Amino acid sequence: MKLAVLSGKGGTGKTLVSVNLAAVAKNSIYVDCDVEEPNGHLFFKPVGIKNETVAIKIPIVDAALCLGCRKCVDFCKFNALAAIVNKLIVFDDICHSCGGCIMLCPNNALTEKDKVIGEINTGISEEVKVISGILNTGEASGIPIIKEVLNKIAAEEKLILIDCPPGSACIVMESIKDADYCILVAEPTVFGLHNLKMAYELVGLFNKPHGVVINKTLANSHLIEDFCDENKIKILSKIPYDSELGTLNSNGEIAARKSAVYKELFSSLLQTVVKEVEHETVTHS
Amino acid sequence: MKIAIPADEKILSSDVCMSFGRAPYFYIYETMTKMGDFIENEAASSPGGAGVKAAQIVVDQHADILITPRCGENAAEVFKATPLQIYKSKNGSIADNLDAYLNDKLSQLENFHAGFHGVAGN
Repeated sequence: MKLAVLSGKGGTGKTLVSVNLAAVAKNSIYVDCDVEEPNGHLFFKPVGIKNETVAIKIPIVDAALCLGCRKCVDFCKFNALAAIVNKLIVFDDICHSCGGCIMLCPNNALTEKDKVIGEINTGISEEVKVISGILNTGEASGIPIIKEVLNKIAAEEKLILIDCPPGSACIVMESIKDADYCILVAEPTVFGLHNLKMAYELVGLFNKPHGVVINKTLANSHLIEDFCDENKIKILSKIPYDSELGTLNSNGEIAARKSAVYKELFSSLLQTVVKEVEHETVTHS
Repeated sequence: MKIAIPADEKILSSDVCMSFGRAPYFYIYETMTKMGDFIENEAASSPGGAGVKAAQIVVDQHADILITPRCGENAAEVFKATPLQIYKSKNGSIADNLDAYLNDKLSQLENFHAGFHGVAGN
């Protein structure tokens, strides 16, 4: 079972929720797809780290073969190529590695070379397998790393928690593609609601079953509840705005491993979600 | 000799555009004929790499001089392969800057910024 945890904006508690759910599930896999700033490992402090690099293919030009036809320059939507004074220049940092220029070149002047853009670290924290995708600073896109990470766990039977990047752009789409269920984490602010709406729209487009976790719940704010009521979205859990939780989290501790109250809260959330997924499976089969 | 200037609008009284890569237009002036034309900058709406494409357009226009308030590293990399020289514009209109250049009042642009890439989240 693959559960993706996402939110429109950063800082709402995606990592809090996914790390703690993986921790209470035991025998689970936590996957950090927030490759631009992976931080789940700071909580899990995994040991026995195995490291592998991720490379993409980028074009390299053989100047002797280039006819200066510009087919590649005109094709590239990202403008990673320029033809200047009959010399083709490739901008490695702009290239999105689609391979189109190489296919189009009529004289085979373009070939591929590997460019390392990041790495994947795999380790163990108690009974949780921790996989972190890490994009090198300055690279155009983390999607190749997310693809590689999700490939690794494609056939796993265990419970998998996917900690998504913030926002609702293609990097998030890639992260939720294989998910059985999406947990949307929202905080009860106007900004939080606005961003929840974006995440909600996205899971709708992907036709993914979903529910909402309200983090930093305040007694006098019903912004998120009202939106969920109107749209018939299930509220899976409410995490209080609590200084004990804040302190544990700021100290890099996993609340569910340190506090009986939060062990209970996240275990109950996990049960709710698993029931939802089983219900979905029954109604859609 | 041809001079290129990024423009906000298609008039000589327009300000020089603050952005090179994403300027809506370029003014291309020929010193021999003392005639100029505005061309559209097709790079302005690019999802990424606007500087590279804009530089390609300016080079394809056979410009010898570019007058701009700033220029990114990628565009500068394109220009490096050509004899084109870049001058830093001063406050004022396109006409003012053209005049300033022709009267030797502008200095060469020496700092190139690292760009504003990735802000669109693609």
